[in-house]
Amino acid sequence: MPATPSHVPEPSRTDPALIRNFCIIAHIDHGKSTLADRMLQLTGVVEQRAMRAQYLDRMDIERERGITIKSQAVRLPWAPTEGPDQGSTHILNMIDTPGHVDFTYEVSRSLAACEGTVLLVDAAQGIEAQTLANLYLAMENDLTIIPVLNKIDLPAAQPEKFSEELANLIGCDPSDVLKVSAKTGMGVEALLDKVVAEVPAPVGVKDAPARAMIFDSVYDSYRGVVTYVRVVDGQLNKRERIRMMSTGATHELLEIGTNSPEMLPADGLGVGEVGYLITGVKDVRQSKVGDTITSLSKGAEVPLGGYKDPKPMVFSGLYPLDGSDYPLLRDALDKLQLNDAALVYEPETSAALGFGFRVGFLGLLHLDVIRERLEREFNLDLIATAPNVVYRVNMEDGTEHQVTNPSEFPEGKIDEVYEPVVRATILAPSEFIGAIMELCQSRRGVLLGMDYLSEDRVEIRYTLPLAEIVFDFFDQLKSKTRGYASLDYEPTGEQSAHLVKVDILLHGDKVDAFSAITHRDQAYAYGVRLVAKLKELIPRQAFEVPVQAAIGSRVIARETIRAIRKDVLAKCYGGDISRKRKLLEKQKEGKKRMKMVGSVEVPQEAFIAVLSSDDSGGGKAKK
Amino acid sequence: MPSALPDGEPVPADGTLPASALDGAADRPLGFYLHVPYCATRCGYCDFNTYTATELRSSGGVLASRDNYADTLADEVRLARKVLGDDPREVRTVFVGGGTPTLLAARDLVRMLEAVRSEFGLAPDAEITTEANPESVDPAYLAELREGGFNRISFGMQSARQHVLKVLDRRHTPGRPEACVAEARAAGFDHVNLDLIYGTPGESDDDWRASLSAAVGAGPDHVSAYALIVEEGTGLARRIRRGEVAPTDDDEHADRYLIADTMLAEAGYHWYEVSNWATTEAGRCLHNELYWRGADWWGAGPGAHSHVGGVRWWNVKHPGAYAAALADSRSPGAGRELLTPEDRRVERILLELRLADGCPLALLNPAGLAAARQALTDGLLAEAPFAEGRAVLTLRGRLLADAVVRDLVD
Repeated sequence: MPATPSHVPEPSRTDPALIRNFCIIAHIDHGKSTLADRMLQLTGVVEQRAMRAQYLDRMDIERERGITIKSQAVRLPWAPTEGPDQGSTHILNMIDTPGHVDFTYEVSRSLAACEGTVLLVDAAQGIEAQTLANLYLAMENDLTIIPVLNKIDLPAAQPEKFSEELANLIGCDPSDVLKVSAKTGMGVEALLDKVVAEVPAPVGVKDAPARAMIFDSVYDSYRGVVTYVRVVDGQLNKRERIRMMSTGATHELLEIGTNSPEMLPADGLGVGEVGYLITGVKDVRQSKVGDTITSLSKGAEVPLGGYKDPKPMVFSGLYPLDGSDYPLLRDALDKLQLNDAALVYEPETSAALGFGFRVGFLGLLHLDVIRERLEREFNLDLIATAPNVVYRVNMEDGTEHQVTNPSEFPEGKIDEVYEPVVRATILAPSEFIGAIMELCQSRRGVLLGMDYLSEDRVEIRYTLPLAEIVFDFFDQLKSKTRGYASLDYEPTGEQSAHLVKVDILLHGDKVDAFSAITHRDQAYAYGVRLVAKLKELIPRQAFEVPVQAAIGSRVIARETIRAIRKDVLAKCYGGDISRKRKLLEKQKEGKKRMKMVGSVEVPQEAFIAVLSSDDSGGGKAKK
Repeated sequence: MPSALPDGEPVPADGTLPASALDGAADRPLGFYLHVPYCATRCGYCDFNTYTATELRSSGGVLASRDNYADTLADEVRLARKVLGDDPREVRTVFVGGGTPTLLAARDLVRMLEAVRSEFGLAPDAEITTEANPESVDPAYLAELREGGFNRISFGMQSARQHVLKVLDRRHTPGRPEACVAEARAAGFDHVNLDLIYGTPGESDDDWRASLSAAVGAGPDHVSAYALIVEEGTGLARRIRRGEVAPTDDDEHADRYLIADTMLAEAGYHWYEVSNWATTEAGRCLHNELYWRGADWWGAGPGAHSHVGGVRWWNVKHPGAYAAALADSRSPGAGRELLTPEDRRVERILLELRLADGCPLALLNPAGLAAARQALTDGLLAEAPFAEGRAVLTLRGRLLADAVVRDLVD
């Protein structure tokens, strides 16, 4: 292990020519965090004994699920062990990128902060769809790509096959693909050398007004919002006042510095440097990813390009199982929002579920992560309604409605309904082409194209309605391909479709929570399935209860829950009385968990069973 | 009695009751339940505390046998005398149940009754009942019981159909219970009951009608009709789980109940509790009414439950452990509970609502009263008594009694 390099340049006084900004693009489980750990050790920024696995992943959920949600940046000093730069200490800024499809925008901003990327692929599995998507993003950003196969120490590794695949994808020679084992550390030094040799140094105008791009923004309960930036032009200095160019808000720089990997204050950050700043704001929405920061006095006029407001794509109603937890849920969402600019929510009332929130998410993983954090960190029991997308409904009278909740689907004469569509990329062994196409076809997909990545692996591209993949598409895909397929998607706009709202009526009363928007051709099947399920789940009542599915006033499916005729125990003698009283107390508790829908008692379990995406999986973190 | 004992606090070794238990005791009738935990064979549907072995030994080596059972039980009656102290009440009812009481010699049952008589004294008009299996009695046996003071007898008829009796593992032949009624009348019993069970797997509506006809044809002054409850852990539950016999659904049970109520009413029997009908007021089972009206009763025998002034306790289940406790002059009580005023209110509602007299609306809190009004609107409570301040179930309400209770105890 090499000693920590001497003469390490200090932040704000680092020659841009010595800086290399890079990120690592990898699929979950392909070893990105382990590689990052190894780099921390090799460069000496983390002492051996302080090392813990996946050092950079801070949240428990990240560590458990092995996914990175929030990116970080670490300043690593590295003097190449060979080549023309041998012995000269460089500054490597490793920017960790989120690994999931829902966070494409964050990924794109992380990439925009870099000049190069390490494309890390498991030598036993080959490239996966999300990695490919991020690779394309990196290529669009003109990043230098350093292809790397990881886990070559595994018996199942096929370095030749996958070197070939990577070479085909990025247009290099298979021999250019580095082979490493992040676990053992083999090849990691050579990789660091290659980063210095191949990733271009940042180029910026030193004397221009400061312009820095925010690529991440994290709420810390002790320090407030910590904003991660890449300085493009000029310099940011401590204690100066800065301006957010998208909002015009001004703040004082309470602290500026770099991470190695803990926060280390500095005098400032110069051209090409990557670091953090703290302004005392308490909410990440005041420090948005993609925004440009400049100095308040003599600041820049033109922001850096590429800023977008995060836009929720998937909505779900979140309701506390116990209605009295509503204030807790509100506080919990407020807290999570401090750290998640993409999380939006507003209060919602459901006749069936009581008070809750309609919450917008970037995608399914985002939804899952938020729900799990609410349940785990805030100890809430929640009912999450089936996820849905945003529809745009044009009425014949010329009015337009945005529908984020099926129960708000407008009545009356509808001219046209638009739904969001995505471009989905699926990578899988070629033997599953048929099954995948069948699945996509059944979800109203339109084939865009198909390419062989290697002899037996294909990339299939489809346009799919987002609504068709938010529920159980990924699980279906996995099961039809024995787990081999990987999926990525990106929103590409909207399309007009024959969509209808299916309502469920219990004893004639509409149950808002069960309303769904489906394609006309699928409405009948949906209605039949749901009324059958409800008939099974709702106990018999004192009167007959019709369960109907209807489109507008037209009933498309009907079942009847017969009235209960007998609810009495025949015997009640001396030895039965205690037992009977205790049973009654238990039943009273059970009754509290019933929700009244009109005059019908519906057990909470029925709502959960029908609504929750639990049994249909949604986009679990298996992705 | 159900086989599983409730959870409760321990009973003091000498069985002492809190002083409050005897407050106002003089105004409450006192009854005795005497449990006989033996059967010749165990029936497939039964989860009562009963044993087929003739001798059971406790872990301490104390022998509990059918032969000395009456003596052991008499020990508990003497313990009851000590615990109740100078309680001056005479006993209004004695009920010997099981198990199969008539598996013991008639003189044993009489000796058990004697113990109660000598320790407490019997009221002049005391109701003295024993359960009996039709195949285990004959005129001589019945005469001996009558002679010894028994004046009411309850036969486990269950069904008039052989195939139904077979599913229930009952060993008597059809016709025998009806004959028993005549023999009991001949022996001088004032009151005779036949127990019937409906909803046995394989029983049809017509089978049930035949059973009812046979029962009323025999002329008892009391009939009990119980829906078969398939209890977990019984042989019948296993047979249903294995698919050997089909369970009867609740709708069929409801149909059978309606058939029973119609046929019994036509034959001159009036319901006075959900599952009990009698020809006259005197024919009602006074002992059971003690349970239903929150009176005091001492249940003696393994697993028996007692209630005195808001204290309910239950004995250890195993006859060996039971005998060992008494041999050691300890209370055989396994646990007890002290009922709170709210517990007693809830129990009154759940028990009294099952009676033809119903329960007073005054017992209900505002939410319960609102629920009662809804039940009235829904046709589950009867109009006329309601106007007089009582919640009385209609026929449909009887079938939904538990649901009504759940609403009323709110």
